[in-house]
Amino acid sequence: MAQVNRTQAGGRINRGKPLSFTYNGKQFTGYEGDTLASALLANGVDIIGRSFKYSRPRGIVAAGAEEPNAVMQVGATEATQVPNVRATQQALFNGLTCSAVAGWPNVDFDLMSYVGKIGGKMMPPGFYYKTFMGPAGMWPIYEKYIRKAAGLGKAPKEKDVDIYDAMNRHADVVVVGSGPAGLAAARAAASSGARVILADEQEEFGGSLLHSSETINGKPAAEWVTEVVAELAGNKNVVLLPRATVNGLHDHNFLTIHERLTDHLGDRAPTVDGVQMARHRMHKVRAHCVILATGAQERPIVFANNDVPGVMGASAVATYINRYGVVPGKTLVVGTANDDGYDAAIAWKKAGRDVAAIVDSRPGADGDRVEEARQLGIKIIFGSVVYDAKGQTRVKAAKVGAVSPDGKKLIGDKLDISCDTIATSGGWSPVVHLSCHSGTRPQWDDKIIGFVPGDCYENRLYVGGISGNYELGACLTDGQAAGENAAKSAGFTPDTPRANYQTKAVKVSAPMALFVAPHEKPFSRAPKQFVDYQNDVTAGGIELAVREGFESIEHVKRYTALGFGTDQGKLGNINGMAIAAQVRGATIPEVGTTVFRPNYTPIAFGAIAGRNAGELFDPKRYTAMQSWHEANGALFEDVGQWKRPWYYPKPGETMQQSLDRECLATRESVGILDASTLGKIDIQGKDAREFLGRVYTNAWAKLAVGKCRYGLMCGEDGMVFDDGVTSCLAENHFLMTTTSGGAAHVLEWLELYHQTEWPELEVFMTSVTDHWATMTISGPNSRKLLEQVSEGIDLDKDAFKFMDWRQGKVDGIPSRVFRISFTGELSYEINVPANYGLQVWKKLMEVGAQYNITPYGTETMHILRAEKGFIIAGQDTDGSVTPQDLGMSWAVSMNKPFSFIGKRGMNRQDPTRANRKELVGIKTKDPKVVLVEGAAAVNERNYKQGSNVVQGHITSSYYSAVLGRSIALGMIKDGFNRMGETVYYPTMDGSVIEAEICSPVFYDPKGDRQNV
Amino acid sequence: MLHIYCPHCCEYREEEEFHCKGQAHIARPLDPDNCSEQEWANFIFFRKNTKGQHQELWHHSAGCGKFFNVSRNTITYKIEQSYLLGTAPQPVLDVNKEGKA
Repeated sequence: MAQVNRTQAGGRINRGKPLSFTYNGKQFTGYEGDTLASALLANGVDIIGRSFKYSRPRGIVAAGAEEPNAVMQVGATEATQVPNVRATQQALFNGLTCSAVAGWPNVDFDLMSYVGKIGGKMMPPGFYYKTFMGPAGMWPIYEKYIRKAAGLGKAPKEKDVDIYDAMNRHADVVVVGSGPAGLAAARAAASSGARVILADEQEEFGGSLLHSSETINGKPAAEWVTEVVAELAGNKNVVLLPRATVNGLHDHNFLTIHERLTDHLGDRAPTVDGVQMARHRMHKVRAHCVILATGAQERPIVFANNDVPGVMGASAVATYINRYGVVPGKTLVVGTANDDGYDAAIAWKKAGRDVAAIVDSRPGADGDRVEEARQLGIKIIFGSVVYDAKGQTRVKAAKVGAVSPDGKKLIGDKLDISCDTIATSGGWSPVVHLSCHSGTRPQWDDKIIGFVPGDCYENRLYVGGISGNYELGACLTDGQAAGENAAKSAGFTPDTPRANYQTKAVKVSAPMALFVAPHEKPFSRAPKQFVDYQNDVTAGGIELAVREGFESIEHVKRYTALGFGTDQGKLGNINGMAIAAQVRGATIPEVGTTVFRPNYTPIAFGAIAGRNAGELFDPKRYTAMQSWHEANGALFEDVGQWKRPWYYPKPGETMQQSLDRECLATRESVGILDASTLGKIDIQGKDAREFLGRVYTNAWAKLAVGKCRYGLMCGEDGMVFDDGVTSCLAENHFLMTTTSGGAAHVLEWLELYHQTEWPELEVFMTSVTDHWATMTISGPNSRKLLEQVSEGIDLDKDAFKFMDWRQGKVDGIPSRVFRISFTGELSYEINVPANYGLQVWKKLMEVGAQYNITPYGTETMHILRAEKGFIIAGQDTDGSVTPQDLGMSWAVSMNKPFSFIGKRGMNRQDPTRANRKELVGIKTKDPKVVLVEGAAAVNERNYKQGSNVVQGHITSSYYSAVLGRSIALGMIKDGFNRMGETVYYPTMDGSVIEAEICSPVFYDPKGDRQNV
Repeated sequence: MLHIYCPHCCEYREEEEFHCKGQAHIARPLDPDNCSEQEWANFIFFRKNTKGQHQELWHHSAGCGKFFNVSRNTITYKIEQSYLLGTAPQPVLDVNKEGKA
């Protein structure tokens, strides 16, 4: 298909390199240097989508990041689908495949538009809130319909085939934006030797200079750009980042810069020399000074039917003609309130096409460009506005009328001017987005009719368009000064003599503040006057919102969805605020502005994740015996970052069969558990014992060397948060164990108290979790097994008692052996230096074979401990449970001289009241039924729903092989006094399980088995 | 992301190396057993929700492991100073609520 709108010559495209691309299944051709948007316009594609709510046909209106309509689904394969790509920011490449995201069945014939037409009046702001209120059950049906109609692109169904990268950087000066101000700033800063990063979201550096007809030092501006960029590229202290959007400017000058490394090359990132390239890279930059040279975006004038394809921004039209060699129509009408709108008409005329008229709302103007337009013979109609557009799928005519000097009313004559393109310019909105990201509100500046960045304490400078400075000469000199100041603030001295910039002064006539062209009818009656294209927000909608009482701009925004789209309302927000102000009879500063949040433009999830995906999503921690567990068929459970064996199924076993086998083998002979993940904290110092006494609830004063003790740790509120066994290694030396998941938190807790409350205590703590491999052998044959592999330890039951530890050798390796038990069986916990863990484990397995030694995982460990009523902190406790609630008053020593952490807390009114929930055993009436953990208890089978009906809940529940029945632990109100009572557990399927409250110790209540 | 000066390491480090532990200068009552319910509740539960300059306790958890205090403006997030435990923040110029001196 011919590129009907392409000029014969000119622009920064390479006519020698045609590129073919597919849009909505049709093939087109563009050139190297095109964006997807310029290529579509070159091919005369008018409609590139359907609007969100009314499904009206929409065309391209802008040339940059502010584009609200041309949002594409890009991707040739399912795995490379990217939704919500702005065609104006996607470089064309050969084979690019894209489609419009909205429109059903297709954009050219859209059934929904009839709904929009008929239902337009019935879809005011808040339509969804007001209409789809109920019945609740209908929502899934509404949602399906709404989502289909909305159609904002689709997520890929397959895994992303590309990889993404991240890089941390430090810079003295980061310059955001490479227009005249940014380039001059970067150049001045770089001359000082400072480390400079220059980032720009476009394919090329240069910003507005790329389509400018102005000169710098007598040369075309674009040539100056080439020279400066070459100079910067040759400076080793400068990092140039094209195609890199500064998406966030966070606290303390931390920037997130999203660089699209390969999006301009193809559907997916290429492979170079066999290496897969990263598609995007996220630069995380800490900068000493940030210079924002982000420029300004042109504000359209709102008028009736201003969304008909062919209505565009004036500067966008000039950009398409001058930079891309594309004239997006045949006959142009310009509607403007300033001189800048004239650029579009001048470029259009010079490209050899017709300009029907420039409609200028000002009573008159004498700027240089106004003169140039006159010289070119372009008809200028002053004191008038374009207030309506005719046409359905493309503009057919502009309705023009004379306007009162304040721009609020149509007066006098009206006429229709035939045309197929209407370009408007209502002035400029500085791109203040980044300046808002850390909380600074922009401030209204009457002189420039726009918001500029508010004051902020950070080391940031604003130059050029963002500060309302649009004159080329001033942009260059301000940029230069900012670059120098930034470098100085970072301790560098800028080069002298300074570069000198000569530009030709352009006479500019004063602009007029015009946000919306008045119509013959009021907002509420006029044809739709669109403010926010992406969310179909109209002037009438904003008026209605204000009328319904939403006065704050933040409320108007939320009620109408103004600025809620993927474009964050870059084009429409200021007009929306101006309309709200007009309706309220207030000024724009009185109405105020909403603030922008990161990210500036939508960003791929892959770029946020970087390399932290798939296998590298989260670090994995393995014990020294991991290879053995894998070789022996263990299934794994995540405990924090640890991978722990869950159970070891044998071929053909169900999970329950594996657990039964592991449990019975341990109870009957010997089992072995990898307990290396238990947190271990080495505590030393002359006050270590005193310190333990303060952080644990029980007494430590008399724990002798060679002895171990179980301890509970509480918060100051008296609630249990961790538990473990601590052993006295020497008079001033202890080894504390914690839960596997709680180790880091416990160490931080201990340090907190040592450093803040009791710095006078001489105590030192260090984590030794990874230093030791820990294996627990448990069961009646564990002593016999240990005898065969150990030396130097007297294993006699009276010499090495329960809750003792001994030093010796196991398999020839120096070891610490602790006689402690989490199963209720005779147990030894063998600790060897981690590097010997696998060797010792294998030895135990080899020698233990005669006793049918059976490895067991966390699940069997849970069952065995629950049979004994031993708690797991974090499973049977939840931060609202005191030691007394657990029936563990024996582990609390209220008579210690120091008021230990938790003592005052557990003696508060609430923890000491009657009728608290207490941990008890629960036995189902039917021994085969295993309760669900979390199940709620009620007192009666036919309970009535209501407050206070729940008596408690199940915290742990298993099937116990040795008991031949199910067992559970749970909280029950006043549970200790209700032994033998019946409670009921309603289930999801409506049935109710009957159960009896009992002691939590189900097996060997006297503890004989561990004291043999 | 904040850039925090650790007064023990004497270096600025990224926020991800630190844990914030809440409001600073909350001393544990010396005689907990004789605290009233109100006193104890004030100690464990009640915190200021300062708009403006706020002193908070930070832990250099992925660094030196030391605790220290930070004086930070909760509106602007500007950190006026980091200082050692057991010391008071240095007086700074009068800071209005926008965080500007």
